[in-house]
Amino acid sequence: MEHSVEYAHATGLLGSVWLLVAIPLVSAAILLLLGRRADRWGHWLGVASVGAIFVLGLSYFFSLRGLENRSVELSLWDFIAIGNLHVDFGLLYDPLAAVFVLLITGVGFLIHLYAVGYMSHDAGRRKFFGFFNLFVAAMLLLVLGNNYVMLYVGWEGVGLASYLLISFWQDRPSAATAGKKAFLMNRVGDAGLAIAIFIMFATLGSTQFADVFNGASQLAGGTVLAIGLLLLLGAAGKSGQFPLQAWLPDAMEGPTPVSALIHAATMVTAGVYLIARSNPIFSLDPTLQTVVVSVGALTLLMGCIIGAAKDDIKRVLAWSTVSQIGYMFLGVGLGGGAYALAIIHLLAHGFFKANMFLGAGSVMHGMKDQVDIRRFGGLAKYMKITWITFGLGWLAIIGMWPFSGFFTKEPIIVEAFARDDWTAWLYGGAALLGAGLTAFYMTRLFVLTFHGPKRWTEDIEHPHESPAIMTVPLILLGLGSVVAGGLMATPVASWLTPVLGHGEHHEPVLSHTVITVLSLLLTVLGAGLAWMLFRNGTALVEQPAGPVVRAARRNLYTDAFNETVFEKPGIFLTRALVFLDNRGIDGLVNALAAAVGGGSGRLRRLQTGFVRSYAMSMLTGAVLVVAAFLAVQLGWLA
Amino acid sequence: MDLKLPPIDYAALAPILVLFGASCLGILVEAILPRARRHLAQLVLGLLAVVGALVAVVLNAHDRLVTAGSAVAIDGPTLFLQGAILVLGGMGLLLIGERSVQRGGEFVAHAAVTVGSPEDQRQAADEGGATEVYPLTLFAISGMLLFVAANDLLTMFIALEVFSLPLYLLCALARRRRLLSQEAALKYFLLGSYASAFFLFGMALVYGFTVGAGGTTSGGGVDFGTIRTAVTDSDASEVLLFAGLALLSIGLLFKIAAAPFHVWTPDVYQGAPTPITGFMAACTKVAAFGGLLRVLHVAFSGASWDFTPVLGGIAVLTMLVGAILAVTQTDIKRLLAYSSVANAGYLLVGALAISKDGLSSTMFYLVAYGFTVLAAFGVVTLVRDADGEATHLSRWAGLGRRSPLLAGLFTFLLLAFAGIPLTSGFTSKFAVFGAALDAGQSWLVIAGVLTSMILAFPYLRVVVMMWLSEPGESTPTVSLPGGLTTTALAIGVLATLVLGVAPAPLLDLANGAAEFVR
Repeated sequence: MEHSVEYAHATGLLGSVWLLVAIPLVSAAILLLLGRRADRWGHWLGVASVGAIFVLGLSYFFSLRGLENRSVELSLWDFIAIGNLHVDFGLLYDPLAAVFVLLITGVGFLIHLYAVGYMSHDAGRRKFFGFFNLFVAAMLLLVLGNNYVMLYVGWEGVGLASYLLISFWQDRPSAATAGKKAFLMNRVGDAGLAIAIFIMFATLGSTQFADVFNGASQLAGGTVLAIGLLLLLGAAGKSGQFPLQAWLPDAMEGPTPVSALIHAATMVTAGVYLIARSNPIFSLDPTLQTVVVSVGALTLLMGCIIGAAKDDIKRVLAWSTVSQIGYMFLGVGLGGGAYALAIIHLLAHGFFKANMFLGAGSVMHGMKDQVDIRRFGGLAKYMKITWITFGLGWLAIIGMWPFSGFFTKEPIIVEAFARDDWTAWLYGGAALLGAGLTAFYMTRLFVLTFHGPKRWTEDIEHPHESPAIMTVPLILLGLGSVVAGGLMATPVASWLTPVLGHGEHHEPVLSHTVITVLSLLLTVLGAGLAWMLFRNGTALVEQPAGPVVRAARRNLYTDAFNETVFEKPGIFLTRALVFLDNRGIDGLVNALAAAVGGGSGRLRRLQTGFVRSYAMSMLTGAVLVVAAFLAVQLGWLA
Repeated sequence: MDLKLPPIDYAALAPILVLFGASCLGILVEAILPRARRHLAQLVLGLLAVVGALVAVVLNAHDRLVTAGSAVAIDGPTLFLQGAILVLGGMGLLLIGERSVQRGGEFVAHAAVTVGSPEDQRQAADEGGATEVYPLTLFAISGMLLFVAANDLLTMFIALEVFSLPLYLLCALARRRRLLSQEAALKYFLLGSYASAFFLFGMALVYGFTVGAGGTTSGGGVDFGTIRTAVTDSDASEVLLFAGLALLSIGLLFKIAAAPFHVWTPDVYQGAPTPITGFMAACTKVAAFGGLLRVLHVAFSGASWDFTPVLGGIAVLTMLVGAILAVTQTDIKRLLAYSSVANAGYLLVGALAISKDGLSSTMFYLVAYGFTVLAAFGVVTLVRDADGEATHLSRWAGLGRRSPLLAGLFTFLLLAFAGIPLTSGFTSKFAVFGAALDAGQSWLVIAGVLTSMILAFPYLRVVVMMWLSEPGESTPTVSLPGGLTTTALAIGVLATLVLGVAPAPLLDLANGAAEFVR
């Protein structure tokens, strides 16, 4: 780094940024502790608390704009201090944190509002809002922490809230399984992040952002690579990127507002935040950046291909989230000016994806919780508002001019073409192909849901539009889908410069205009093809298909891979341990006894808990320990 | 023969003496007072003794000395751990003294009555419980206080027996599920004696080593100073030394429940009366680790390059076994037992960092874990049905609907066990891992992080079950806790929260105390 990173101390209004975390936390505590007494008004408290911090977030934003340095640090208290290890309980409010605060509280407020209507028939609505507020508090802590430990605190908090909310409808076995899957895959990522933090502490003696970023350039190359790869593992776990992508689509078992807020707009983008925040580390090592770019490019194509083969409205959207975050990873991996592009795409995506998820929720609300797009069709006539708002989201995500996605995805594709070797063609091509595929599968989703012949199940006679409390957020988010990208692109990029730095400008291998024309052409082609294929509806049951479609239906066999490589050995290990712990030694003793006594009847007494088998295993252990001690000793002598 | 007594600093020994005196007094109370008054008198006596001893510890706070020959060392770690044992022991006494949840308390009146006989059923139903538990508990606590102060292996062994024997008895005194309780006690006793034998044998070998290494001094000894000198200076055969150290550590690893010497833990934790289980999980762990820390950091620190790989291997195995087996448990007490095994592994990671930070973070971890685990077992005593405690996990489904406050507290404690940030479980793990990293034991830290990721799962499964499942027909009721349990629970939960959010004061205290006299 040519300049050192320093943060000013927070004063005045900005001295109270901690309120952003405290308010939803207190609200969550009230909702969860008061129990049924809060049932009648609890959801409004939940909405009000998020509304309040949105207003606060806006006023902080404007006071930050007035500052010269544009970043303030607030150290609340000494968190952990032992020996050389010193961790602050501190917050950092800078341009990057500020835009995330606005996204989380703004979109979060609308989704909270929507959930009042969506969850109105659910007995657990108060509890739902309690978890939801807990999530908001944890997410804000994640983006506001001024060191990696605080980030980790928030990281674990959002993971916990996400796990609880995915399993919210616990009586559905699929929800319980999905919760488990999300939990386990996130733990793999979390372990990566935790170890990265410990390496920082071991090599730099601190986990404060300022110290880490200033010291990173002095580290050995291998250490930087290790830290970066482990951070990437953490980011991939949280953001559903290859190879930890499988949990995200399953997470759709949670209530739809959860999918919209946590698994589309905010939490799953935490990985992008982590990499963007750690940009001084990632910028040090080109290999590291190439790995990030590859993960992004691979995931974005995977998401598109699988998304095109799914028939569950929420899962299609989920795979599209995976794919769009792939674009963001591609952006942060390219580095330089592309960091800001990725963040801008993230913000725009927050609007249009939340919009489409809530739209999907609205469709499900009117169609008795049907999620199969093969059983929709012709809904445009019955749900006008949902149709129009969803349509705006659709145009935004496929990157049609002049909608949001065009202004945010396009520059990332251009940047991918601007790498200075042959990889420009590889990654640029992948990003371009992704744009065409996105247009195809999103159009398929849109047409099958809202147009073509009705293919409803018999029990549905007259689908209805959702109540105003659900449609008003839809309209606002729909507006955001139209204008957010265009409005944000330039100002946000310059706003983020203090954090993400200026990028050197490279010329792409194709001219800017050519890329734009190509991508619009591919988009129109993909969308047109899908419209042609699906305007007359589709078969109601799965049709036999070629190898590509079959593979896509099976999530490109990634689940099968996970099962054979991780799950089965894991289960085997656990069983073996249980066996050894309870039965192994005991079984040996009993089998010997049975063999000697010749009575197979004795084998039936094979059961756990005999003292003799415990003593036996202790003796075995003792012999091993003594032997190990002597072995170490003799080895040392030799 | 001219026998000269070594000078004894009675003031420095005051905490131990106060408790020892109180336990003797407790036996007198059993003999003199009428049955009806004993409960209250014993409880008050016990709590007074604990508070008195705690005051003595605070007054001694600046002592750094070795007294009674070289048998007892009163130094920073001793005083810190004695304070911890007394606070946690006091909480344990509160749980033991609770009588409003179960008529007559958790303890049986006549332990010798045949299980299942009419007398047994009568006493299970309504007879006032035994009050011998109080002097037994006090004896155990005084033994623990001596154990963490012991400065030679013989004193250590005697203290080990002083605190173990009452625990064996206490395990057998459950009012409900008598057979399970008696079986647990017998197992604990047999295996405990077995482990003691290892310890004794190890002591003999180490003595042999110091004799061989004696050289200029007259023969050997088992006090830590002599061993320390012998380890650093001697060129005698080290086979004796390492065989001895191995056997000694086996005795101690048994008490801390490290794999593969953990086999007794689930059965004993499940069978013992729950307040005793909590007491053991908190206080025995503190005491046993106190002893282990002194043995490793004082007596054998010169050999740390040799024992760290082996004990590190045990730590990894312990964490793995505890974490993986916790996943398959269906009984809350067994689940907590395996979690206690895994936590022994994390503590070993800290204990193996032979440095000031390693010592202070391990001591911090012991205190933090003690509070959480006592409170958790306190909650277990409250979830009951007609047959006593309902410990099968399936019975806890939907508990959040029935009694949100209690389920909320328990959730918080489970999150602490899972090491979720803003609980003491996170800060303490972070501290020991940080210390281990500083001491160059990064492989232990990696194993620790990975297993704690696994271990979080069984706890969160319980959380989901309590909150997100419908309460079934068989969901037990939650008894209204009496004042004693409420106090213990409140202390435990508050400590878990405070040590998670602002652990700095206690860390500073531990840091200031983290220096052994040698």
